[in-house]
Amino acid sequence: MSITRDEVVHLARLSRLALGQEELDHLAPQLDQIISAVARVQEVAAEGIPPTSHALPLTNVFREDEIVPCLAADVVLSEAPAVEQQRFKVPRILAED
Amino acid sequence: MTTAPPLVPYAEALERYEPAIGLETHVELGTVTKLFCGCPAQFGGEPNTHVCPVCLGLPGSLPVPSRAAIEFTIRIGLALNCSIAEWCRFARKNYFYPDMPKDFQISQYDEPLCTDGWLDVMVDEGDAEPQHVRVGIERVHLEEDTGKSMHVGGATGRIHGADYSLVDYNRAGIPLVEIVTKPITTAGAFAPAVARTYVAELREVVRSLGVSDVRMEEGSLRCDVNTSLAPRGSGVLGTRTETKNVNSLRSVERAVRSEIERQAAVLDAGGTVALETRHFHEDTGITTSGRSKEEAEDYRYFPEPDLVPLAPPREWVEQIRRSLPELPSVRRERLQAEWQLSDADMAALRNADAFDLVAGTVAAGASPAGARKWWLGELSRRANETGAELAGLAITPDQVARVAELVSSGALNDQLARQVIDGVLAGEGTPDEVVAARGLAVVSDDSALTAAVDEAITANPDVADKIRSGKVAAAGVLVGAVMKATRGQADAGKVRQLILEKLT
Ligand SMILES: [Zn+2]
Repeated sequence: MSITRDEVVHLARLSRLALGQEELDHLAPQLDQIISAVARVQEVAAEGIPPTSHALPLTNVFREDEIVPCLAADVVLSEAPAVEQQRFKVPRILAED
Repeated sequence: MTTAPPLVPYAEALERYEPAIGLETHVELGTVTKLFCGCPAQFGGEPNTHVCPVCLGLPGSLPVPSRAAIEFTIRIGLALNCSIAEWCRFARKNYFYPDMPKDFQISQYDEPLCTDGWLDVMVDEGDAEPQHVRVGIERVHLEEDTGKSMHVGGATGRIHGADYSLVDYNRAGIPLVEIVTKPITTAGAFAPAVARTYVAELREVVRSLGVSDVRMEEGSLRCDVNTSLAPRGSGVLGTRTETKNVNSLRSVERAVRSEIERQAAVLDAGGTVALETRHFHEDTGITTSGRSKEEAEDYRYFPEPDLVPLAPPREWVEQIRRSLPELPSVRRERLQAEWQLSDADMAALRNADAFDLVAGTVAAGASPAGARKWWLGELSRRANETGAELAGLAITPDQVARVAELVSSGALNDQLARQVIDGVLAGEGTPDEVVAARGLAVVSDDSALTAAVDEAITANPDVADKIRSGKVAAAGVLVGAVMKATRGQADAGKVRQLILEKLT
């Protein structure tokens, strides 16, 4: 398992991070090391043990379709970086609605 | 900023290329609450007032799916002839837009709830024979809707040139069902019509299931249209574009057509079609380039660790199947036979958006012929005059049925019935109230009519002479004069009879 410098450039673009050449030189080998370390978990994966996505062997945990009180708007927005017109104000983004 | 791309005329493009289309339709479910929390799922509301720790993704909160949303999705899947998964999971779709406060959207990826179905549609282009097309359904899955971004500072309010965005999370977490077709490769020149007809039929099916109000203008039904072209006979699929922002049935059709014309120009010039998202512009009918599409791997999907798997019990699925209503296509066929309509009559009804209104009027007791006559005649004309939708007129099928009944019982003639409709549309009350208030009733009382007939004869001596000399057809002029004098309240047949008795 290894990660190339080009892949880091691609990830940076997806994450909207402006990484300079020096940062890429610095971060790409580091990320490669981290990925390789995490990949060691694959060594213990054995035949016959199904991969799981949840710690408990449960299915079909549902909720009835009943309203629960919401938070007040001032509480919702209290930790927002900036607020305008009772909305979260964020830097311009790339997606449409 | 958005210069029109070069286009190849449609017919010419079809000579050289075969279009393939695919549709991804998003339907907001009409559950009371959001998908994973108890916030209200209703449209609108003051910004950021329908939110809680779960749909804001606050630390420590955990999602729990609503049983109703799962059931609604299975209803849609069954109505579209899909298989329902015995076991499947939600997946986490990671991205970096602020429209989800969690920085990811809970969706489904490689384990959708419903797979491999179909929807039959009848494509009627008027000048050609109606064509039956079976549209394959690839998958139906459940996900959460995103928040709504408002872009401020840009010239058009759209994203390009926007200085910043304002986000309202009321919509974040509303259950959204995504319905994806298989590629439709055999439609040829009909591709735009197939796309429109499919979305129209899907909308009717979902509406009949009672799981969504499917309003395109309010965004509870949204459509992305994939289009690609391949050289005729090549047997391959070309690179597709995904057109977003297609907000009406007419736009679905125009978007496909315009992409065919544009892609043909790109290919003719020796270029390659870019895999990208494009935006449809209602005003010009063309698409412009959006962002280049992220590949699925860029979203780093993985099974959602905060949720346990879904394993809908078979008896639950069968119970839902048994509760499905009669589907629109089946109902249409049944009523067409009951009403003894030709395919052309049926097409006329549907093109006028009058089918459900006529069905409601017949259900209220009117004859099919009477119901059709009023909705396709007088009421269609009123709707056209005011630019309103037929269903938006201020008269109900029940009221139209009452008008038809008053006519068939002889209490009103057509001319008086039109006055009753005037009154109802003007808000004067029910048909019976309008009849009473305006004093409308057919006059067939002999003495009153005889006086009016005498007056008409005196006022038109030359016409009377013609009738006396055997030109009976001229009686129509006198009938018209009497009808006018009695403000339409005379029984026209009776008037004609009286005139002929006096003059022949
Ligand atoms: Zn919530």
